[in-house]
Amino acid sequence: MSDVLGLYNYWIVIFLMMTGFYIVISRGNLIKKVIGLNIFQTSVFLLFISMGKVKGGTAPILTGDAEVYSNPLPSVLILTAIVVGIATTGVALALIVRIRESYGTIEEDEIEEDRGP
Amino acid sequence: MTEHLPVLPIVLTLIAAPVCLLLRHRLIAFTFALAVVWNAFALAVTLLWTVLDDGTLSYHLGGWAPPWGIEYRVDVLGAFVVALVSGIGAVVLTYAPKSVAREVPEEKHYLFYTAYLLCVTGLMGIAITGDLFNVFVFLEISSLSSYALISLGPQRRSLTAAFRYLVLGTIGATFILIAIGLLYMMTGTLNMADMAERLPQVAGKGRTILVAAGFLSVGICLKMALFPLHAWLPNAYAFAPSVVTAFLAATATKVSVYVLVRFIFTIFRRVETYSGSRLALALMVMSLVAIFVCSATAIYQRNIKRMLAWSSLAQIGYMVLGVSFLSVTGLTAGIVHLVNHAVTKGGLFLAMGCIALRLGSVELDDMRGLGRRMPLTMFLWVLGGLSLVGVPVTAGFISKWYLIGAALEKGWWPIAVMILISSLLALVYVWRVVEVAYFKSPKEGAEPLREAPLGMLVPTCLLIGAAIWFGLSTSLTADVARQAAEKLLGASGR
Repeated sequence: MSDVLGLYNYWIVIFLMMTGFYIVISRGNLIKKVIGLNIFQTSVFLLFISMGKVKGGTAPILTGDAEVYSNPLPSVLILTAIVVGIATTGVALALIVRIRESYGTIEEDEIEEDRGP
Repeated sequence: MTEHLPVLPIVLTLIAAPVCLLLRHRLIAFTFALAVVWNAFALAVTLLWTVLDDGTLSYHLGGWAPPWGIEYRVDVLGAFVVALVSGIGAVVLTYAPKSVAREVPEEKHYLFYTAYLLCVTGLMGIAITGDLFNVFVFLEISSLSSYALISLGPQRRSLTAAFRYLVLGTIGATFILIAIGLLYMMTGTLNMADMAERLPQVAGKGRTILVAAGFLSVGICLKMALFPLHAWLPNAYAFAPSVVTAFLAATATKVSVYVLVRFIFTIFRRVETYSGSRLALALMVMSLVAIFVCSATAIYQRNIKRMLAWSSLAQIGYMVLGVSFLSVTGLTAGIVHLVNHAVTKGGLFLAMGCIALRLGSVELDDMRGLGRRMPLTMFLWVLGGLSLVGVPVTAGFISKWYLIGAALEKGWWPIAVMILISSLLALVYVWRVVEVAYFKSPKEGAEPLREAPLGMLVPTCLLIGAAIWFGLSTSLTADVARQAAEKLLGASGR
């Protein structure tokens, strides 16, 4: 039982990851795909951040009275990964705008049917 | 100056990209980008000679010592891949202006060259860095810029192709990120060399390392488009601008193969995650299936750019097959094929770019009689095609020679036979083009065509010439590859 509850952060991560993954695969709407992709990426951010937490540790700022610090490195890495995620979302949305301009739709099945040049 | 050599090619192209954005004028932006990429190539070649003479270089970014700071660690393989990427990048960019002028709207040219520089930066960075998280960042730099480059294609289907690549590429990169997270969780370090030292202590504890290796393999296979994770590649290559196709086909997937090699032979070298589990076997089976299914699919393509893309998927199979043998000969074969296929396929796609420029089409039916209408371009195409098949005196032959040697060394003769049979499939799809181009007469009323301008023919000749040269002299490819392979495997004492 403690395996299930004690590792609850990983269960949340897995749940979010699978949710995002499922949305990417199952939805035909390109915007929804991007949202799914974002949820998928966010779950990995949570995985990193929660692994850096040390029980009873505080933020790693030298104040003098704290003795146990959490590991700041994963949070810093994820700062970079969030920027990468935003860039990806930006490129994806820009592509969707241009797809909408040239196909007139953002539904995958309608784009597939439209076999023009 | 010389102590900063490992970081210089990256810094140069990374800083040049935003400068290129500010220049705006298409000719100035092109000239600037061209000068930058050729300089990066010169630096990369210097780097390779230095590494071959003095051994592995280690550069501490910002003076922070590893394993805390980011380390750029350049060994023979890394320097080799950097030289390959920047070399192909320089040759393809020299070829670019006429082809880009035809396929990309004029107001977007400076953006094209900016994205191109970023893509070169990312691909070189992956090969040079010794830090795991850095690999992820450079991977995303190269991927994001390649999504943008692909979407600039002349047909609107390039947009959907780029979007599909974006979705699958992001999933692949995120898988790699998960693996990096799990590895960091177990070892507490991101430095590759340091992690290799620490992995044996934690490898026995639970299955986390194996799971990490699994995520890593799937993520990298998505990035290098190993069958059955290849869905994004054929359309992306078929609809991207010719220049982009040539550059990405020659470098992007090859760098992913490099990442796989780096992970298996540097990070996991002291633990039996790959050799002891079925991961290596899975890679081998997948690459064999890739070789056959993708070669067979290539035979049925009408669009020749897409045909070459399917052929690329098969060739990725050969590279991974070599790597999955986990032996010096196998790894040598993998690395040799990485280089040989890069120049061959780069040259072939450049020839397709010449054809697209003059003919305005890359469909097989429109290529009838092209052997007489554009004799030089088609001649170069055929030479490249022969190298794909693996005819003696071409680079492809050297790759297959080493690969078969590696299979026989292990006593796996069925695999050697399969490699030979698969070459026949390649012969079929190359022959289809030769037959149409040389033995069918052009459509009636077809206008006479001129050869592509010299600025495009010379780079094409260079790459195809390299594919022949590497078939005659192996001192630049096989010898360096063997040195790299021995270094990678020697450290593990296997």
